[in-house]
Amino acid sequence: MPTDTLEPPAAPGDTPPRVARTNAVIRFAGDSGDGMQLAGTQFTDTSAVAGNDVATLPDYPAEIRAPAGTVAGVSGFQINFAAEDIYTPGDVVHALIAMNPAALKAHIQDVEPGGTVIVNETEFTKTNLKKAGYPLIDGTRDHANPLDDPELAQRYKLVKVPITKLNQEVLKDSGLNPKGVNRCRNMWALGLVYWLFDRPLDNTIKNLRETFEKRKNLPAVAEANIRSLRAGYDFGETAELFPVTYRVPQADIAPGKYRKITGNEALAMGLIAASRLADKNLVYCSYPITPASDILHYLAPQKHYGVKTFQAEDEIAACCAAIGVSFAGQLGVTGTSGPGLALKGEAMGLAVMTELPLVVVNVQRGGPSTGLPTKTEQSDLLQAMFGRNGDCPMVVLAPQSPADCFHAALEACTIAMQHMVPVLLLSDGYLANGSEPWLVPQASDFAPIEIDHPHPRNHADAEPPSGEASGPTFHPYTRDANLVRPWMRPGTPGGEHRLGGLEKQNGTGNVSYDPQNHQEMTRLRAAKVAKVADHLPELEINGPPEGDLLVLGWGGPYGSITTAVNRMRERGHAVSSAQLRYLNPMPKNLGQVLKNFRGVLIPELNDGQLRLLIRGRYLVDARGLNKVQGKPFLVEEVEQAIELMLSGEWGDEEALWPERGAVARA
Amino acid sequence: MKKRFGRRGGRWPVPETKLPVLKAKDFASDQDVKWCPGCGDYAILNAVQRVVAQTGHRRENTVFISGIGCSSRFPYYMDTYGFHSIHGRAPGFVTGLKIANPELDVWMVTGDGDGFSIGGNHMMHLLRRNVDVNVLLFNNRIYGLTKGQYSPTSEQGKKTKSTPMGSLDFPIDPVQVALASGGTFVARSTDKDRGLTDVMTQASKHRGTSFCEVYQNCNIFNDGAYEPLTGKDTREDSVLYLEHGKPMVFGKERDKGLRLIGNRPEVVNITSGGEDDLVFHDETNLTLAMMLARLHYPEFPEPLGVFYREEREVYEGLVSAQVDEATAKRGAGTLDDLFNAGDTYVLDQGKDSTHGLHD
Repeated sequence: MPTDTLEPPAAPGDTPPRVARTNAVIRFAGDSGDGMQLAGTQFTDTSAVAGNDVATLPDYPAEIRAPAGTVAGVSGFQINFAAEDIYTPGDVVHALIAMNPAALKAHIQDVEPGGTVIVNETEFTKTNLKKAGYPLIDGTRDHANPLDDPELAQRYKLVKVPITKLNQEVLKDSGLNPKGVNRCRNMWALGLVYWLFDRPLDNTIKNLRETFEKRKNLPAVAEANIRSLRAGYDFGETAELFPVTYRVPQADIAPGKYRKITGNEALAMGLIAASRLADKNLVYCSYPITPASDILHYLAPQKHYGVKTFQAEDEIAACCAAIGVSFAGQLGVTGTSGPGLALKGEAMGLAVMTELPLVVVNVQRGGPSTGLPTKTEQSDLLQAMFGRNGDCPMVVLAPQSPADCFHAALEACTIAMQHMVPVLLLSDGYLANGSEPWLVPQASDFAPIEIDHPHPRNHADAEPPSGEASGPTFHPYTRDANLVRPWMRPGTPGGEHRLGGLEKQNGTGNVSYDPQNHQEMTRLRAAKVAKVADHLPELEINGPPEGDLLVLGWGGPYGSITTAVNRMRERGHAVSSAQLRYLNPMPKNLGQVLKNFRGVLIPELNDGQLRLLIRGRYLVDARGLNKVQGKPFLVEEVEQAIELMLSGEWGDEEALWPERGAVARA
Repeated sequence: MKKRFGRRGGRWPVPETKLPVLKAKDFASDQDVKWCPGCGDYAILNAVQRVVAQTGHRRENTVFISGIGCSSRFPYYMDTYGFHSIHGRAPGFVTGLKIANPELDVWMVTGDGDGFSIGGNHMMHLLRRNVDVNVLLFNNRIYGLTKGQYSPTSEQGKKTKSTPMGSLDFPIDPVQVALASGGTFVARSTDKDRGLTDVMTQASKHRGTSFCEVYQNCNIFNDGAYEPLTGKDTREDSVLYLEHGKPMVFGKERDKGLRLIGNRPEVVNITSGGEDDLVFHDETNLTLAMMLARLHYPEFPEPLGVFYREEREVYEGLVSAQVDEATAKRGAGTLDDLFNAGDTYVLDQGKDSTHGLHD
């Protein structure tokens, strides 16, 4: 396919043919200071408002500003927007916008053959080629320019646009300094992409005015950005570089009011909603950590909802403060990511021992240790289940999509307060930063969360707790039918009691070293968590309730698994999927569900942690598809694994690991 | 006394009848006290029970929070609300508790290991935030519960099970750290001192973090650590009682005093009427407090009493004030406000129905 060139239009005014597509996946890539996240977010907003289903995948380096021009410093933002229901940000990229040579190098392998590649030609200088690490040309001191490679133009629709230069020309009278001018390049590129995909500019123009004119009082900056945006769009219209443009029609989404929402936003809103529905103040105690900090950022300005935020001196203090909040009778929540969860371990054990409500949010990232702070992974499941001293069960649940983080957070808070148990909510970097349209609910959609606090009492007329040592004092470890103890708030006359990490005598709550009591309390703590399952829905199955293969997933891979399984079933295979939202306690029908399938495949972004639990607990020969590349599953990888399982070619391996998008036996 | 049932603390009506006056014994729980016989902690427990009764605390509004260690068993012996937390982390609990319910009277009991070794970091932050809590630091200069290792306040060269040739660590000074961390009430006493109750009474009345170091004798692992400061015969000559606005006089015969030569303190003998040359204590003078914090027996008399006090907004009050300010400015948010905040858009049915979905 010939490279598109910069020739003037043959017949001005002609528009290229418009091709309708079911979906398109585009990716903006540039230096981490180039504003790629902003360009991507704007494209997402515009597509959502246009009625598409959208799914996004931001991908940015851990360094705030890695050296400019290097591959390490490349920041990317991928959007899948569609005229149908989609569950993932897409396997392959249909259009890549590369703002410099490093961005091209880092992302070109994800573009489908024949896909559109727009490069900012101005930035393909000798220096930048060197910084990006392109090889030296023999006998010279120059580094190879990928744009000179004929294979690139053969393989892709390569469109070379001197974006930096054209943007500078547009803004030469803007009054901005050269740095300020270059910071508008992302909008120029966005304008061009808007034209290519037939998107209106008005939503972005409105947002630019909102951000720069109203909030930051920089009207000149707003105007410059808008001029760049329009210039990029106009360039597309007049330059005739593209043989076709694309249009992705509105999806068949239920009519109603929507907003685009990220996982972290949704999670924060779920916490606030729980606090209002339970008539509690939310006190969110946290220490900044990627990728959980945005929850704190989102909650801090929501004080008029009765939200208090506490940025503690460290992870441990944050968790302890949240327990203090719970003891006081309000909703105490702490949020973190993997390394922080490790630090909170001892305090979580105290919450288990004192049987207080507590919600611990863990936005998982690549581990161990500091690991991959900005990349996604699901490798904290076993830490969530067992990462505390002693037999220390907590309720564990995981959301399945960015918007679902709202419901999962609401559910976590409800369980914690109604069952007097600490609950671990396992989000991940992919869900946290990804976004999707969310049908705005109404307050009346939700029932109040009923919480009982014991009333004040006189020491004299207090009833002795049933079956336990009698006495006039309040006994904090009496239990109801769900084995739940009373949540007595300080300030209540007659309710004075002492809690602590030492083993407690069941009933009285006095310190007890009695061997039988410890055994009974260990059993009770586990039974109380197990009883939560009585109040949870059974495991739902996507597809027939029996068949050749069940693909069992949890957390973020829900989208990839669902898409892959649906596709395989369309091809006539007897394969179903199920999403394990409740990891502890597991749904009561899970054992039976597993028995109804000849095989079980568990794809997860770790070294087989759910697989270990399922094999151990249900004695099922579950097989794993494990990926730890800091990236979500491609649908194709899951499909390939399913094919291997169904065809009998999987062999004896307990798990397979995808490599470069392909799953194969070693 | 403030109204105790404000906000969301409780929904039941405040009793109209006058509340009974509580005595020290009303604050004692039904649990057997299990410190070693002869431990200095008993004296402190008695003093605290007297102080909370005398200062009109209500059992139901009082919370004792501790970390881990001998001193941290304290909450079990108080018939109030209590929380025996984890090692070094009590400051986190009290901060969360006070943010959630600023109306509670909160006491935090800790030790030299709990408060200044494993929990040293948290202590600094509690003090600088000025959370309204009374901190009692039981300093016995030894690890008692783990049976006798040196602590961060142990003197250098101390021979213990873990330091058979003597400890190498230079000791930390809690009062100095408390002052440097921005503490708004810093005081010291001993388990045997007549001033203990008075210091704790003042601490309980202070609004903000009040920090009381109590020198406490561990008669099992570090017996006699403070003997010169607490012994009947030696006490008066070893201790300087700090009294606001009074000259710094000490000694059995009240014949010694402290004066400043330039910025260096020195002990002098005084004759009658010679007190004008002495340093006069000023609890509001941080520089003076810092200087006093560095004085230790035997080079100097050990200062006891209130080193420093200052009025400053309390943390939980500031947190609540921001909530009130935001609510006044934006109105109390409802769930529907929350759901509809930000950019929403309305999708109509079939807007694009004329377009084909597929290529």
